[in-house]
Amino acid sequence: MQTLLRTPLYERHVALGARMVPFAGWEMPVQYEGVIPEHRAVRADCGVFDVSHMGRFEFEGPKVPAALQELLSNDIDKVGEGGAQYTLLTNERGGIIDDLIVYRVESGRFILIVNASNREADFDWILEHAGAGTDLRDKTEEFALLAVQGPSSLERLGLDDGTPFTWEMGEVAGIEVMVNRTGYTGEQGVELMVMTEDAVALWDAVVERGAKPCGLGARDTLRLEVCYPLHGNDIGPDTDAISAGLGWVCALDTEFTGVEELRRIKADGPEQKLAAFVMQDAGIPRQGMAIAEGGEVTSGSHSPMLDRGIGMGYVPAELAEPGTTLTIDLRGRPRKAEVVKKPIYKKET
Amino acid sequence: MAAGESYPDDLRYNTEHDWARIDGDEATLGITWFAQDSLGELVHFEPPGDGDEIGKGGSYGEVESVKAVSDLISPLSGTVLEVNPKVVAEPETVNEDPYGEGWLVRIRLGDSSEADDLLDAAAYKTFVDEQ
Repeated sequence: MQTLLRTPLYERHVALGARMVPFAGWEMPVQYEGVIPEHRAVRADCGVFDVSHMGRFEFEGPKVPAALQELLSNDIDKVGEGGAQYTLLTNERGGIIDDLIVYRVESGRFILIVNASNREADFDWILEHAGAGTDLRDKTEEFALLAVQGPSSLERLGLDDGTPFTWEMGEVAGIEVMVNRTGYTGEQGVELMVMTEDAVALWDAVVERGAKPCGLGARDTLRLEVCYPLHGNDIGPDTDAISAGLGWVCALDTEFTGVEELRRIKADGPEQKLAAFVMQDAGIPRQGMAIAEGGEVTSGSHSPMLDRGIGMGYVPAELAEPGTTLTIDLRGRPRKAEVVKKPIYKKET
Repeated sequence: MAAGESYPDDLRYNTEHDWARIDGDEATLGITWFAQDSLGELVHFEPPGDGDEIGKGGSYGEVESVKAVSDLISPLSGTVLEVNPKVVAEPETVNEDPYGEGWLVRIRLGDSSEADDLLDAAAYKTFVDEQ
């Protein structure tokens, strides 16, 4: 019997009638009203997600910038104070231990926001490889994290426009928050980090201002429509960034763990690539389904915006070109899908 | 709009949350309010083919929500006469009206005595309340 952790907003989720499920050791809302209305609210207006389960580390010390340059795939020197960066924690084989966002607080002080399911593995890896002479602390339970996402999210929160991948201290309804210009939906929005004791008041204020409570179900369909990889599905310790299409977050001119392998894969060309596809036939692809031409589905679901099945999967590199037809084995039924350019869903502008 | 919880008296039920409306030597099949509520908004109905033979207790198709897939377990055996085209085109019809517009298939019964094994509405409701 495993005891599940609860975020400071657990009582709020239950009161709203959320369906609670175990996720990465936490008891989290998968949906309130339903995945589809929640998804549509984020695309059209504004939704709020409790993502307090995500791991939050503080990493401090004069040696930390150099340590992060060695640990993470992206170029940390490009992140100034007030900046943020999407990056990968890599192993010696160029595999992805986790994908995360690093926020620079001061020259030698950073916040790392990591996947809930990898919190312990990440912490242990960083401690083992860069713990000496640095200060690494897991602050997850001292803070809550609310993602407020959607085209009207800033207006509803009373926040000014900001540059993506920056952060600043701010106030929402008189509550002090770290305003991170980041997200996982492909929409404009922010992620608000708040002291645990203020979490309920912030949630109530955000909901009061018209953000629709959204669960992990909509979070997954939103990210899949815009082809953001999910660690554990689309990327992992045995998949590399180049094959996953994440070469843009790998500064191959810096010396980080596994860089030699990634340089080799880049030079040779990856054997497989993570392709995005849209079903041409009826049916919904799911993780683990075989692709007849080679490879398998790593993420699959129904797209509320396209109203059809969509997915991603590793296929032989020559089949990753948009327009290629794939055959997905939908529980014994061969069904056609077409490879599309990422993202699968693009807002009409 | 999702329907309110109900289990009509004129239907027969199995413990896999499928219902049958028996009319002479034919029956209409669907899933119960409890089933559609557990799944959430349906986004796909994988129907059997016209003329397919389906067995009592066997799978005759699938319904899917965004997050879940569920086999349709036939409460009766028979031959598929008709698939509901409205549900193929608009699966959410099942959520809106699980016992009316949201029926799934119509079958010609193989063995009308099988109905005796099914639950009536009161017995099914008792079963659901224990879930």
